[in-house]
Amino acid sequence: MSKEEMLNLEARFERYVAEENKVEPKDWMPEKYRKTLIRQISQHAHSEVVGMLPEANWISRAPSLRRKVALLAKVQDEAGHGLYLYSAAETLGADRQQLVEDLLSGKAKYSSIFNYPTPTWADMGAIGWLVDGAAIANQVMLCRTSYGPYARAMVRICKEESFHQRQGYEIMMALAAGTPEQKRMAQDALNRWWWPSLMMFGPTDEHSPNSAQSMKWRIKRKSNDELRQEFIDKTVPQAEFIGLTIPDPDLKWNDEKGHYDFGEINWDEFYNVIAGNGKCNKQRLEARNKAHDEGKWIREAANAYAEKRAKRESTSSSVA
Amino acid sequence: MSQKDNWKIWEVFIRSKNGISHKHVGSLHAPDAEIAIKNARDVYTRRSEGISIWVVPSDAITASRPDEKEPLFAPADDKVYRHPTFYDIPDDVGHM
Ligand SMILES: [Fe+2]
Ligand SMILES: [Fe+2]
Repeated sequence: MSKEEMLNLEARFERYVAEENKVEPKDWMPEKYRKTLIRQISQHAHSEVVGMLPEANWISRAPSLRRKVALLAKVQDEAGHGLYLYSAAETLGADRQQLVEDLLSGKAKYSSIFNYPTPTWADMGAIGWLVDGAAIANQVMLCRTSYGPYARAMVRICKEESFHQRQGYEIMMALAAGTPEQKRMAQDALNRWWWPSLMMFGPTDEHSPNSAQSMKWRIKRKSNDELRQEFIDKTVPQAEFIGLTIPDPDLKWNDEKGHYDFGEINWDEFYNVIAGNGKCNKQRLEARNKAHDEGKWIREAANAYAEKRAKRESTSSSVA
Repeated sequence: MSQKDNWKIWEVFIRSKNGISHKHVGSLHAPDAEIAIKNARDVYTRRSEGISIWVVPSDAITASRPDEKEPLFAPADDKVYRHPTFYDIPDDVGHM
């Protein structure tokens, strides 16, 4: 293909997605569109998988059976989300085994929010409310992303996410209405999770060089700053409703803009955690590797069983 | 790696209730059909989304090619007479 033909195809593709048409697996797409999606979808999948770890920490110590079944179901959903997303990445030609290996070796990235520790039960409330809340804002936008299989996975995921946020908020609500000590615990969790949750939306628009291309390709539909603002505007009243205080002295309703103004985000912390220096980066990867290694025997057993059955079926059919 | 060889990709189709056809919902990996069904149960029907599951090895599906879209489907585009609105029937005749 000549360079001119290629540019032609790319221009046609951009027009096609700009007109809100969806791209399906076998359609022609620019190589960079494919690569961007594989990176984004696989990072998203890894985040769902690693995201199980901070909460798994509390399943066996949930304060009641009701809380325990809810948390267990939530964590199981996150495993499902990871699987939907790995499948979507595979439709672009990614190799599942390779994706998993890249996560286990530390080569692949996942959302840095999961490198924060969960020392108290209130963290289960804060994660469901804030971390899932922030993820939902992003994922609702992605339901309209231009790549069909990704958009469809997001629709499934969004349906399941709303229970995640509600169960988290319910935990916070119960603690905030409890003893002074329980309320302190809830406030402490909010203090620790608020800023990292805001960082989940990624760098500010001016420091997010790839965003423009993603918006042009309709992979992203809203900018990082837009999504962050939406999340803040929605979450502040929820905190007020249960009598908790957002840990930001600069947070203030701006009547003119119709949005909350908020304080400076500590981006050094953000980049530091991404660079691998968060409190739990090492622990998370070790836990993933351990789980993978401990599941080896069952993968092998399933293989052996499948092989044995296939052999038995082929001999019995040749006898018949 | 043996896992790579054996755990092939399966496409999953779910019937949500009787009266509705099976619909493609996504894919998964499994070493054989039996485990593919079990995995599909866990991955795609955690909230009573289905009453029947089909799994099909991905490589058993033959798909039409996107670049054949024109020759395959364009011939139907100019056959307006295949649609009821092509025919002029007076309103007085009533619903037909
Ligand atoms: Fe999720
Ligand atoms: Fe979630």
